[in-house]
Amino acid sequence: MAGKNGQSPVGQNGSAPVGWWQERKAEAWKKFQAMPMPRRSDEDWRFATIDAIQLGDFQPGQKGSTSAEALLKRSTASFPHAAKAIFSNDRLLHIEGGEELAKQGVVFESLAGALQKHPALLEKHFMAHPVDLGAQKFAALHAANASAGVLIVVPKNVEVKLPLVSFHWLDGNESAVFPHTLIVTGENAKVTVVDFLGSTEAGGAGLACGLNDLLVGAGAKVEYVSLQEWGSKVTSFQLNSTRVERDGEARSLFVNLGAAYARQESRSTMAGSGARSEMLGLSVGSERQEFDQRTLQCHDVPNTWSDLLYKNALDDRSKSIFKGLIRVAPGAAKTDAYQNNRNLLLNPEAEADSMPGLEILNDDVRCTHGATTGQIDRDQLFYLMARGIDPRTGAQLLAHGFFEEVIARLPEKGIGEAVRVAVAAKFAAMRTRPKNAERIVARPKVQGQIEEEALDVRTLQGLAN
Amino acid sequence: MKNSLEIKGLKASINGTEILHGLNLTIPKGEVHAIMGKNGSGKSTLAKVMAGHPDYEVTGGDVLLDGKTILGLDPDVRAREGLFLAFQYPSEIPGVTIANFMRAALNARRPEGQEVDAVEYYNELYKKMDLLKIDRSFTSRAVNDGFSGGEKKKNEILQMAMLEPKYAVLDETDSGLDIDALKIVSHGVNSLRGPKMGILVITHYQRLLDYIVPDVVHVMVDGRIVKSGSKELALEMEKKGYDWVENLATA
Repeated sequence: MAGKNGQSPVGQNGSAPVGWWQERKAEAWKKFQAMPMPRRSDEDWRFATIDAIQLGDFQPGQKGSTSAEALLKRSTASFPHAAKAIFSNDRLLHIEGGEELAKQGVVFESLAGALQKHPALLEKHFMAHPVDLGAQKFAALHAANASAGVLIVVPKNVEVKLPLVSFHWLDGNESAVFPHTLIVTGENAKVTVVDFLGSTEAGGAGLACGLNDLLVGAGAKVEYVSLQEWGSKVTSFQLNSTRVERDGEARSLFVNLGAAYARQESRSTMAGSGARSEMLGLSVGSERQEFDQRTLQCHDVPNTWSDLLYKNALDDRSKSIFKGLIRVAPGAAKTDAYQNNRNLLLNPEAEADSMPGLEILNDDVRCTHGATTGQIDRDQLFYLMARGIDPRTGAQLLAHGFFEEVIARLPEKGIGEAVRVAVAAKFAAMRTRPKNAERIVARPKVQGQIEEEALDVRTLQGLAN
Repeated sequence: MKNSLEIKGLKASINGTEILHGLNLTIPKGEVHAIMGKNGSGKSTLAKVMAGHPDYEVTGGDVLLDGKTILGLDPDVRAREGLFLAFQYPSEIPGVTIANFMRAALNARRPEGQEVDAVEYYNELYKKMDLLKIDRSFTSRAVNDGFSGGEKKKNEILQMAMLEPKYAVLDETDSGLDIDALKIVSHGVNSLRGPKMGILVITHYQRLLDYIVPDVVHVMVDGRIVKSGSKELALEMEKKGYDWVENLATA
C-alpha cells in the first residue's frame, strides 16, 4: 500500500523535519487508514469502476530507471515560461527561475524549499481548503505523502507575465507520486501556471495522487492548466480546490489523456462578490480508460459567476463519468452559473454517464446546466471522407473541432497549442492500432442520443424553501 | 474506357425506393458535361451515389473511373482515386480550420510520414485563394461554420482547386449564389478546366451554363438521362421548359 513512509521527512536535501508538518502528515496517514475504500453504492462514486482503483504496492520515492539528464531533456514546454520545476518520482531534479521571480516578490519554491523558507505561508495554506467531492480518503493519502510540487505566491499588484511550469514524472512501474501545486495570490495579482504530468513510458503503471489549491485574491487572475499524460496503467487522482475572493477570476483546465482510471475532482468557491471561475475539462479516452469527473460550483455570496465546460471524446470501450453540482447559497442573489458536459462517442461501445445538478437556495439567479452525448455526425464524416480523409482520421479531426471550444478559451495561445499537440499525439497513438475502418460508415443512421436540459430559474420560488 | 468517368446502367435506391433507374453517362477527361433536371429527378442522388454516400444502395450497374470500378470503394478511397464532389449543401465543421482541413485532405494522398511542406502548402493555398478572390483570413475560419451560401460554394471550388481531381462532380454549385458569386465560382471552375480533368456540372438552372459553358448537355428525368446534346440544348430547355423533355421521356 502506498504511503507507508508517510512519516518520512519531506526534506530531500537533508533538511530538518518541521514539527507541524510531520504532525499533519501523521494525522493524515491515520485518517487515510481509518477511512473506508469507496463503494459503488456511495453517491459520490456512482458509476465509477471501483475495482479500477489500484493502490497496489506502489511506493513513494522509488528510484527510477531513467537518467536525470534524459528527464530534464524531456521536460520542455513549447511556450515561453518564467520558471520551471522538474520532479521524478517526487524527487526534485531541477528548479529554475525562482530567483528572478523573487525580485518581484514572487515565490516559486519546491515544497521542501518552501518548508525551509516560507513555513508560515505553507502552514497557513497547505490543504486548508475543502476536498469534499468523494475522494476525501485520497486527499488524506496525498496529505500524508506530499513532498513534491511547488508553492507559488504572487503578492499584491504583481503580474507574472510568463507562465510558471512544473513537470512531474512517474518513472518505472512501482512508484507512487503525489504532485502538489499551491498557488496563493494577493490583491490584483496575476499568474498562469501549467503542470505537466507524465510517465516515462506510455504503458507505465503507478499511482498518482495529486492535489492543487488555487487561491485567488481580490481582483486577482489565476489561470491553471494541468496536462495529464500518465502511462496507460496508472491510477490517477487529481483533486482541485479553487477559492476566488471579491472580483477575482480563476480559470482552470484539466486535460486528461493518460491513466487507466483518472478521478478528477474540481471545486470552485466564489467567496466574494464579483468572483468568477471558469472550469474547463478535456479528455480523450481509448481502450478501457475511465475518466471520473466530479465538480462543484459553490456560490456563497451575491453577484458571482461560474462557467463549467467539460468535454470528453471517447473511443473504444472507454468511459467518462461526469457529476456536477451548482450550489447557490441562500442570499447569493444574482448568481450566474453554467454547467455543461458534452461527450462525443467515437465508438458505439464507449460510454458516457452524466449527472448534472443544481441546488439553488435563492430565487434571483440564473443557472443553466446541460449534458449531451452524441456520436460522430455522419454527414460531417462523409464530407471529410469525400475529400479523401480516412474515417479514423476524419473522426479525430471532428474531435479536435469538438475540443476547440474549450481550447479557444485559453488566452495564452502557446498553452492552447501545447494542448492541441498533446491531444494530437494521443490520437496518433490511437491511430497506429489496428482498427476496422468501416465501422463508422457502416453504422446505422443514428444521430446519437441527445439529452439536454436547460433551466432558467430566475423565478424558482419553489426551490427557495 | 480509359480516360473517362463512365456510368453504366446505374440503379440506386434509398430506404428501398429506387431513384436511379439505369442511368448511362460518359464524361471523357478534358470535357465539361452538364446535367439539367427538375427537383426530384435524381440529380443529387447521382452525385451522392458516385461519391459513395452510405445512405444509398446501388442495386445495379457500375461506375468506372478510368476503366476501374469504384462502387465497392469507401468514399475516402474514391476521393483519393481522383473523384471530387462539390456538395450542394456542404457540412459545417465547427472548430476545424480550413487550413487544417485542407492539409489533412492533402496528407491523406501522401504516404504516412511524408506530409506536405508547410511553406509550399500555404503558397499553393494562397495562390488558389487569390484565383477565387477569397480573403486570406478565410484559412483560419472553421470549415463552412457560419459561412454565407456564396462562401460555402467558393470553399468547395477552393478544395477542388487544391485537390486537383481527375473528375469533379459539381452538385448545384450555383444554387443560392448571387450573380457576383456565380461569376467568381464559374471563373474558378473555368480556370481548372483542361485536358487533365473531366467535369460534370449538375444544375437546375440554365443560367450557370452561360458562365461554365459545357461541351455536352444532358437532361435528366426520373432517374434517367433522356436527352443529350450540345450547349444549345440548355437554351432550348430554358425556352420550352421541362415538360417538353418529360414528354420526350414518355413518348
